[in-house]
Amino acid sequence: MKLSGGFSIGQFIPGESYIHSLDPRCKIIGAFILFAAPFIAKSPYDFIPIAFALAAITRLARIKLGTVLRSGRPVVFLVALTIVLNVFWTPGRELARLGPLSITEEGVTLAFCVGLRLYFLVMLAALLMMTTSPMAFAGGLESILSPLAALKFPVSEMAMMMTIALRFIPTFFEETDKILKAQISRGADFESGGIIKRARAFIPVLVPLFVLVFARAENLAIAMESRGYVPGVPRSRLNPLVWAARETTSILCVIVFIIFTVLWNRYAPELISLWLGLL
Amino acid sequence: MAIAAEDVFYSYNAGTPAEHAALEGVSFSVERGERVSIVGHTGSGKSTLAQHLNLLLFPRSGSVSIDGVSSKPGSPDARELRRKVGLVFQYPETQFFAETARDEIRFAPSNWGMRGDDLDACVDEAADAAGIEPSLLDSNPFSMSGGQRRRVAIASVIAMKPDYLVLDEPTAGLDAAGVRGLERILSDIRARGLAVVQVTHDLESALAHSDRILVLERGRAVASGTPEEIAVFLADNPVQGLLMPPTARFAMGLRSRGIDVSVTSGVPELVSALEKAERPDE
Ligand SMILES: Nc1ncnc2c1ncn2[C@@H]1O[C@H](COP(=O)(O)OP(=O)(O)OP(=O)(O)O)[C@@H](O)[C@H]1O
Ligand SMILES: [Mg+2]
Repeated sequence: MKLSGGFSIGQFIPGESYIHSLDPRCKIIGAFILFAAPFIAKSPYDFIPIAFALAAITRLARIKLGTVLRSGRPVVFLVALTIVLNVFWTPGRELARLGPLSITEEGVTLAFCVGLRLYFLVMLAALLMMTTSPMAFAGGLESILSPLAALKFPVSEMAMMMTIALRFIPTFFEETDKILKAQISRGADFESGGIIKRARAFIPVLVPLFVLVFARAENLAIAMESRGYVPGVPRSRLNPLVWAARETTSILCVIVFIIFTVLWNRYAPELISLWLGLL
Repeated sequence: MAIAAEDVFYSYNAGTPAEHAALEGVSFSVERGERVSIVGHTGSGKSTLAQHLNLLLFPRSGSVSIDGVSSKPGSPDARELRRKVGLVFQYPETQFFAETARDEIRFAPSNWGMRGDDLDACVDEAADAAGIEPSLLDSNPFSMSGGQRRRVAIASVIAMKPDYLVLDEPTAGLDAAGVRGLERILSDIRARGLAVVQVTHDLESALAHSDRILVLERGRAVASGTPEEIAVFLADNPVQGLLMPPTARFAMGLRSRGIDVSVTSGVPELVSALEKAERPDE
């Protein structure tokens, strides 16, 4: 029964690297542009430049490569499932047969690509979250979405809700962990018995958790109101977002990279096969 | 018969970037019937050690045994062993879930299969030991005062009839009267034969009420001994965050002038020791 610590795709790792100090808007936009790369990859070779880009960003962010590679762990099961499904259910040139199931060359390639695509997407998202504090992330998103306010979309309220939610997720897990431990030490047994008995065993955890969450929410609401928070009223920022030359440069690099991958995807597989054929 | 922790190392979030060493080679033991305090500054690892005594956490290296038996994570005997060691968490009233104090106190013993008259007797005995008036048993714990809730929380743990009672900062958030009331209850519980381990950063209360004291600093045990020994140690090696009570400092001052007083004496003893020193012939 350990909840805290084991959770989340990419928890923020405080740091002072180049990537950490970029404007969050730049990182969010850059990440979304980069998400395109795994999607346009059609052959396993197409992941080579993406892998290099990911390694370079990781290096710039001064994060251990292993940490980023491990961040894909929560989706390993999903990746395995898509691989299995694609391997067996893609028609094409047969490589092997397992009873009624046939493994095709197209299936293997597709499975490989789909699996890698998912894995790379998660790693990219994890890199974004590891280098951007939840507060900065919410602030950046608010700023990016602010044009929507003209359409009466409550951007700043949404951003405030998101900030609070992000702020409270770790607290929530810590408190759950504490309550679980306390009830276990009073003999609560969450592991034995049928489904009903097990569900009932969680009442002593859920009741205190709700009490606590509502008390916290109420305290927070009072504390915010007493300090003059009014939903929808424009607020100034403690750390105004600054979009400087290096943000523009970073985005340009990302765009150049995407153009490069498009060209790579078009020509590299043939060149590599040609080259492999020559050997 | 004792809980013995030997050379315990423990890290939170081991293997992640947030890894944090909370205990680094701590040894500690409590005999049955003893009253022991664990003192240390905020973040020194007191709560982490307390949770090892109850097998909620298991050391990364080192060992913890209860009455000579040790256990492994997830092993079924951990549950049986855990029964011997009641753990009262800091702010235990945040774990309440039942509608009456009686139901709350019933929770632990019924988890270990106690039913019927045995259970009722057990609840009454625990409530009595924790100083809860019988009339209070059927009221809602959420509507009680802080001191009353704390007692219900303690009763809800001693109801499982442990041999050892570990309390994490039991006086946190109580007023002076509440603290004194709790001290009486703990002495009473100890008199009933339980070993009492109290986690606190209040050195004064630890010096006054313990047989032995363990001092933690940044995850290491820096001293362990009788209140007398600990006071002498801390006078020479101050530990950040632990305040020597004025009476103890005064007693140490008297001793350095050759007046023989105990470091744990209260004001009346100090006064009479001073008087005796001024008129040695009487
Ligand atoms: N669940 C957790 N996850 C990560 N780190 C933790 C966790 N619990 C405690 N720690 C860290 O471990 C160290 C020891 O914590 P512990 O709670 O044992 O200290 P303590 O002596 O009880 O402090 P306090 O007097 O504040 O209660 C602290 O630095 C704390 O930040
Ligand atoms: Mg603590």
